[in-house]
Amino acid sequence: MIACHECDLLQREVHLPLGGIVRCGRCGAELYRSHPDSFDRSLALTAGAIVLFILANSFPIVGLKLQGQVIQTTLLHTVQTLWNEDMKSVGILVFATTMLMPALELFALTYLLVPLRLGRAPPYFAIVFRTMQTVRPWGMVEVFMLGVLVSLVKLAHLAGIVPGIALWAFAALMFVMAAIAAVLDPRDLWARVAAAREAAGYRNMSGTSIGAAR
Amino acid sequence: MTACSAASQGMLVCHACGLLSRAPAHSHEISCPRCGDHVHFRKPDSIARTWALLITAMILYIPANVLPMMHTSSLFGSQSDTIMSGVVYFWTSGSWYLALIIFFASIMVPMLKMIALVLLLVTTQRRSRWQLQQRTKLYRVVEFVGRWSMLDIYVVAVIVALVQLQALATITPGPGAIAFGGVVVLTMFAAMAFDPRLMWDSLEEERG
Repeated sequence: MIACHECDLLQREVHLPLGGIVRCGRCGAELYRSHPDSFDRSLALTAGAIVLFILANSFPIVGLKLQGQVIQTTLLHTVQTLWNEDMKSVGILVFATTMLMPALELFALTYLLVPLRLGRAPPYFAIVFRTMQTVRPWGMVEVFMLGVLVSLVKLAHLAGIVPGIALWAFAALMFVMAAIAAVLDPRDLWARVAAAREAAGYRNMSGTSIGAAR
Repeated sequence: MTACSAASQGMLVCHACGLLSRAPAHSHEISCPRCGDHVHFRKPDSIARTWALLITAMILYIPANVLPMMHTSSLFGSQSDTIMSGVVYFWTSGSWYLALIIFFASIMVPMLKMIALVLLLVTTQRRSRWQLQQRTKLYRVVEFVGRWSMLDIYVVAVIVALVQLQALATITPGPGAIAFGGVVVLTMFAAMAFDPRLMWDSLEEERG
């Protein structure tokens, strides 16, 4: 049995063909989906996202060309400027939503996925998994990307725009993060954790509790 | 149709890991046996919390729109830009598509989001069974779209950082940016605090 997280309707779980989506029969919320190779794809995309994230944070996003001089800014420098301008709350908000939260999400994904790939359940799996779920809505890479584009258009009449490496990295990161969110299957993760724990000789916690619920 | 909610059967679903478990009699809250998260039948004090966050956001929405987001000072004088004047600037300078994006992301989305949450709260409190499916859909849209209001904050951040370094003009962020950031964060929290399952509970009450 499964309960819809949006309307609480009790429903029977069904087996899905690959690529299928199960929606709640009453309110239409997506209950779960099955992706081919969900696990391996998430892992591969996470590895890619980490590389892109590092690039996006270590290189300048954009530069302005004025009188033969190029002035560039990185993401961290943007945050620093806001902080120095006595806009600490806005600086923290930008820092949290574009750097901290995506970093935490990627870190959590790596921590969860790599040991599971090797057939082991990482310690504190549940806490890290919950942290990832909490952090996810606050990572706003795609909104930041649009913000950069809008500000570029706004400044284009002032000076020449020099797109930096980080701009492309951010654009790519935006798609990769969206792909991770689409591909990652929490049910599959929990099933793998259970399997790994069983293999390691632990008592299968989820098995007993589902049995109790029935 | 024998549709019944998990709560009516004494079962609750974990929001973190999706596990359905049975609650011991007379308990309203358990720890999920699989992931250890707190599991409730319904989010605690959902309606009151959502109202509190929403009303705060509504109050902040006024300074967010009235106070300037940016101050520009250059050789040619200084000027302050609110969100709306930014939209007007883009509109008159020919970038009407950008004017539309900012207008929607910064003015329409927060406003519609607050109106939608009020509608959801009021209908839920009245235990209305009107348009339950559509209202759930509305909730989903509100949850999804809220983040896009951060757009203007990022625009201010990037412009301030880039133009700071120029000799010909300095741009500094204005107090409107703080209020606006507050509106976005508070409405996101408000949407998270709301429990859409409360809407569907009106169906059960009627039956028995």
